[in-house]
Amino acid sequence: MVSHAKNAEKFTKDLEKVDWHDATLWGARSKRDLAAKSIPEWESLRTLASQIKENVLANLDEYLLEFEKNALLNGAEVFWAKDGEEHNKIVGDLLVKHNINNLVKSKSILTEECHLNQYLEDLGYDVVDTDLGERIIQFAKQPPSHIVTPAIHVKKEEIGELFHQYIGTEKGATDPQYLTEAARGHLREKFLNAEAAITGVNFAIAENGGFVVCTNEGNADMGANLAPIQIACMGIEKLIPKAEHLGVFLRLLARSATGQSITNYTSHFFTPKKNGKLYIVMVDNGRTEQLGREDFRNSLKCIRCGACMNTCPVYRKSGGYSYGYTIPGPIGSVLAPGRDDHEYASLPFASSLCGSCTNVCPVKIDLHDQLYKWRQQIVKNGNVDQSKKWSMQMATYIFEHPKLFRFMGKTARLFMRLSPRFLIYNSLNKWGKSRELPDSPKQSFRDWYINHKIR
Amino acid sequence: MSSREEILEKIKKNKPVGAILPVIPDFPGDGEELEKIFEKSLIKNSGNLISTNSINDIHEYINKNYSPAQKICSLIKGIEGNVDIEKIADPHELKDLDLVILKGEFGVAENAAIWLSENTMGFRVLPFITQHLIMVLSKKDLVENMHLAYKKINLKNVGFGVFIAGPSKTADIEQNLVIGAHGSRSLTVFLMN
Ligand code: SF4
Repeated sequence: MVSHAKNAEKFTKDLEKVDWHDATLWGARSKRDLAAKSIPEWESLRTLASQIKENVLANLDEYLLEFEKNALLNGAEVFWAKDGEEHNKIVGDLLVKHNINNLVKSKSILTEECHLNQYLEDLGYDVVDTDLGERIIQFAKQPPSHIVTPAIHVKKEEIGELFHQYIGTEKGATDPQYLTEAARGHLREKFLNAEAAITGVNFAIAENGGFVVCTNEGNADMGANLAPIQIACMGIEKLIPKAEHLGVFLRLLARSATGQSITNYTSHFFTPKKNGKLYIVMVDNGRTEQLGREDFRNSLKCIRCGACMNTCPVYRKSGGYSYGYTIPGPIGSVLAPGRDDHEYASLPFASSLCGSCTNVCPVKIDLHDQLYKWRQQIVKNGNVDQSKKWSMQMATYIFEHPKLFRFMGKTARLFMRLSPRFLIYNSLNKWGKSRELPDSPKQSFRDWYINHKIR
Repeated sequence: MSSREEILEKIKKNKPVGAILPVIPDFPGDGEELEKIFEKSLIKNSGNLISTNSINDIHEYINKNYSPAQKICSLIKGIEGNVDIEKIADPHELKDLDLVILKGEFGVAENAAIWLSENTMGFRVLPFITQHLIMVLSKKDLVENMHLAYKKINLKNVGFGVFIAGPSKTADIEQNLVIGAHGSRSLTVFLMN
């Protein structure tokens, strides 16, 4: 069972790094705000995006069939995978069938979710992630800690060390320009030798069977447009009905993610390239179940912009790994319990329910409401951890007995005022960890209210 | 039951009802000159803009910034390169290109995205694999925003199309912006009257 709080402890050991992480992600959030404010119709766009996705969810089966039909007409081959395992097998079999020795991959959170790299490595493939951030964490043998900037938690000194070890940069080098240049040279070789390229999918268009991939680095294009075999992996919720809907989503995506008006490359793939093959793998992996959960199906509208994690005070201060799930932050905490509500029971509690995520989400997912609903469900199903269970039961009992509640209040106020620090700030009080409790008032609100009413 | 049937079955069972598609308005702007907006957007994306009336300015720019020893491929009439795309059989042969010059089909002011389709670039990898990229765009081919852009694009008979809005870039090392990740190290747009 993942414990967010325990995992977060590891991250928060290095306070300087925590502050850096916090400030950097807040920087992304601030840029998002500027970008959003520069567009008068921003709120209308969010509403439209949410409505389009609403329509997609209500007709997902038909859109998938329409997409499949058109993709086939375009000359692509389409596969359906019910889970990660089947997805991995489809991709692995394709590589074997085409005698692939060298493959490159661009960013796809779906393949992370399915653990494709591990599967292919077990088959003996050297999987080369080509997004710079992904290459960094691949060298570090770590999963991504953020869905847009996967290596956000790694400092340049560590990157310098990894690059020195793996691609022979000078020891001690930390200059981002120099390190990026070295990675460019290293990965160009990989692109030129690749026989197959795996990419993710940002949007798949039902009416024409095409799909769109967004990058700033151009790595998806260097891979997919050079290698003869192209494999695109997508979750089934990536569908949109028509090309005109791209106008809405592309205006929202990059602005929400990094504050850019658009990614520098927005590629639309329809047919296989000349003398090439195009395969599309559509994956369920729990999505159809989530579709059936009325309270949580909205989470399938997600376009993976990362804005909810950038803004989340808990994510910023605890880091992506504390969630123990491929997708961290508020959206991860909504999706993960759908996969396993025992394993990920602690995630919906890793939130202050401040609602900031809901406010920034470009497709208007009611994230904090969903977190709250998961909490209720998790407690009901008895999946809550013991200390929480005990304190909840106590609280329930006290709230149900008003006299006892008043007595406890009085005692606690007295205790808080008169006790030495160590009695309050000890390991039993998790709230007191790196937080100061407010001064305890002399009077309860009830007493104050009665006094004032009489006056 | 195949996975395909199983997935479709589950969706049928679990999907919500209703929800019609909304109509997307054009969201016209406040009348600011498109060229100005385009320029601002392009600079934000780390691209360069040169406004000009004559193709000679492009010649001059290339002569000033590139040597005859460098490999230049132009797909624009009136601008000669030294790599003939017609003679290329395999896109891997494009790996040493220093400069590519292409005509953008149209540009979007709000984000400086320029649309290119496979039909105008010969090889899909051409604008990515080159070290530097020049795009020539006609002022009359600017549209305001992405809604109008998708009204304009004809996706029929297009195998591949791309919006390019700047040079290749990354910020994956401690969020430091570095230009020239995998694709072109620069993007210069000649906006023609
Ligand atoms: S839930 Fe919303 S804000 Fe979070 S990643 Fe998805 S689309 Fe972006």
